[in-house]
Amino acid sequence: MIRIAVLYPDLLGTYGDGGNAQVLECRARWRGLEVAVAQVLAGDEVPDADLYLLGGGEDGPQARAADLLQRDRGLHRAVDRGATVFAVCAGYQILGHHFISSDGSATPGLGLLDVETVRTDERRAVGEVLAEVVARGWTAVPTLTGFENHGGRTRLGAGVEPLAHVEYGVGNGEDATEGAVAGNVVATYLHGPVLARNPGLADALLERVVGSPLAPLNDERIALLRDDRLALRP
Amino acid sequence: MALTTRLRRRVAVWGMDLVNATSRVLRRGSGTVAGGHLALRIDPNLLRSLTEGADVALVSGTNGKTTTTALLTQALRTAREVATNDTGSNMTTGHVATAAHAAPNAVVVLEVDEAYLAKTAVWTTPRVVVLLNLSRDQLDRASEVRMVAEKWRTMCSTTTATVVANADDPLIVYAASAASSVVWVAAGSSWNLDAVGCPSCGGHIAFGDDGWACGHCAFRRPMPSVACRADDGDLEVALDGVLYRHPFSLPGAFNRGNAALALAAASILGAAPEQAIAALVEVKSVAGRYSHEVVDGRQVSLLLAKNPAGWSSLFEVVAGNGDPLVLSINARTADGADPSWLYDVPFEVLRGRTVVATGDRRHDLSVRLHYAEVDHAVDDDQRAAITRAATPGRPVTFIGNYTAFGALVAEVRG
Ligand SMILES: [Zn+2]
Repeated sequence: MIRIAVLYPDLLGTYGDGGNAQVLECRARWRGLEVAVAQVLAGDEVPDADLYLLGGGEDGPQARAADLLQRDRGLHRAVDRGATVFAVCAGYQILGHHFISSDGSATPGLGLLDVETVRTDERRAVGEVLAEVVARGWTAVPTLTGFENHGGRTRLGAGVEPLAHVEYGVGNGEDATEGAVAGNVVATYLHGPVLARNPGLADALLERVVGSPLAPLNDERIALLRDDRLALRP
Repeated sequence: MALTTRLRRRVAVWGMDLVNATSRVLRRGSGTVAGGHLALRIDPNLLRSLTEGADVALVSGTNGKTTTTALLTQALRTAREVATNDTGSNMTTGHVATAAHAAPNAVVVLEVDEAYLAKTAVWTTPRVVVLLNLSRDQLDRASEVRMVAEKWRTMCSTTTATVVANADDPLIVYAASAASSVVWVAAGSSWNLDAVGCPSCGGHIAFGDDGWACGHCAFRRPMPSVACRADDGDLEVALDGVLYRHPFSLPGAFNRGNAALALAAASILGAAPEQAIAALVEVKSVAGRYSHEVVDGRQVSLLLAKNPAGWSSLFEVVAGNGDPLVLSINARTADGADPSWLYDVPFEVLRGRTVVATGDRRHDLSVRLHYAEVDHAVDDDQRAAITRAATPGRPVTFIGNYTAFGALVAEVRG
């Protein structure tokens, strides 16, 4: 049984982020794997799970989610025992040491990724992204396509690797990197249903949990969407 | 008014009309934007001076602005002359074009973009402000929905208007409860994902059959004084203790809510409710929405939905019939460039239906339907999609987002 926990969809679910859980659930179930998705609302205890998802959110809810997860410690314990975490946008920023709230103050994050999110004078990064996966152990994942929408810029520390190299778009905003990976914790600025546009990344996450390669699926519909988006390639 | 002020206003309006007439002749847009820009550069205070002394009603919200403005206009015309921006120009340029040509005693009824409401209220000193609903919409370019609610709350705390507000939407109640005069309308809501967190204290709002309440503070649904319900296609509105009932052709619970809000606003502005409701039920289609057209020999019902709340409420409308569906998604500037919101729409309810995906972003929609496990076809042409969906003896329902809908209406109406 694959246990997926969606953390605080009531706080971190602004951009169709629920889609990622649905994609993982379908891709497991379509292969005959047993899977259960738990929606963990703000204030509920973080349960034991194999795969945790964090989505995007507005500034206020983002700070509240960080505070609740810090007190709960359940996600920290899960990372210690090797659970897989996939975080998007505001959820990505929460995993780092600090992030910046709308009033400009630095809010403490969970410290689960060695990254720091700062605010710069540059304008908000909004638009399509294409990025080549470079993180060790993840390079079999084909080119990432997605949409980003964030004000902060994220600096990577020595304890993480970039997930990908940006070909089109902004990403972390430094060194043309995008996202961050440390162990089984994976984070990206490609928000919302990024796993719908990147079935290779969805399957790589599932394979981490299952521990073995997965059977292929019929992804014809998704291939047409990917062709459409990859046409942005410079 | 000083002579120079009047002169400036006259020059501004004259310039606006000239530019607008030219752009209409050249068929560039609806012909209110370019001239409005010019006029506002000549006289930045134009909207204030043009509406001075006039009765003004403002209508805003994420969904239903155009329809509610049309219903209110129709209701008010039973009692008074009305000037309204029915061209879809719901920002300041459109407002000055409307106000400049209002008859001396006309009520000026303005549909207002959410982001423009606060300043429009300062410039026009409205008598009535109608607040419909707030939910996520075009997050790649619009403000986050809670920031809009905060701005509206500040506007409500200073306005002298009577605010006619939807009691079923917590974000609207948060904004409107700051006003000194509020008429609460039970207008309904089919979307509460954006209001699960209490805007007042950050706690949890629980939604039940008899309303909603925060579990942590005193923030709860206010007791409405206007309510509506439907029965066999009739619109029933209870207003000031009287029940009004008329056959009503616009579909959906949300349109009955829009009608109730419009009726409440019309009665504040001097319309007799009995005449007003009889008039507003005559509205059968609004800027192409809810219209029935023949496209390449097929009967087609046209519906517009721009965001998750809009799509969800239309799915309630189509749930009852088995008509084939054509769904069309674009992501042009007016739609928002990011179709991530498709994953907030409950497409799962369409399982078992005939569905054809089309529009610029048909492949995004197709993947969404794939994960919703809805069998479907894909066609790159909207009209071909309608032909493909058609089943003998059944009308096709077309639902498009903003520019997709506009393109089809323009094509079938020539
Ligand atoms: Zn509360």
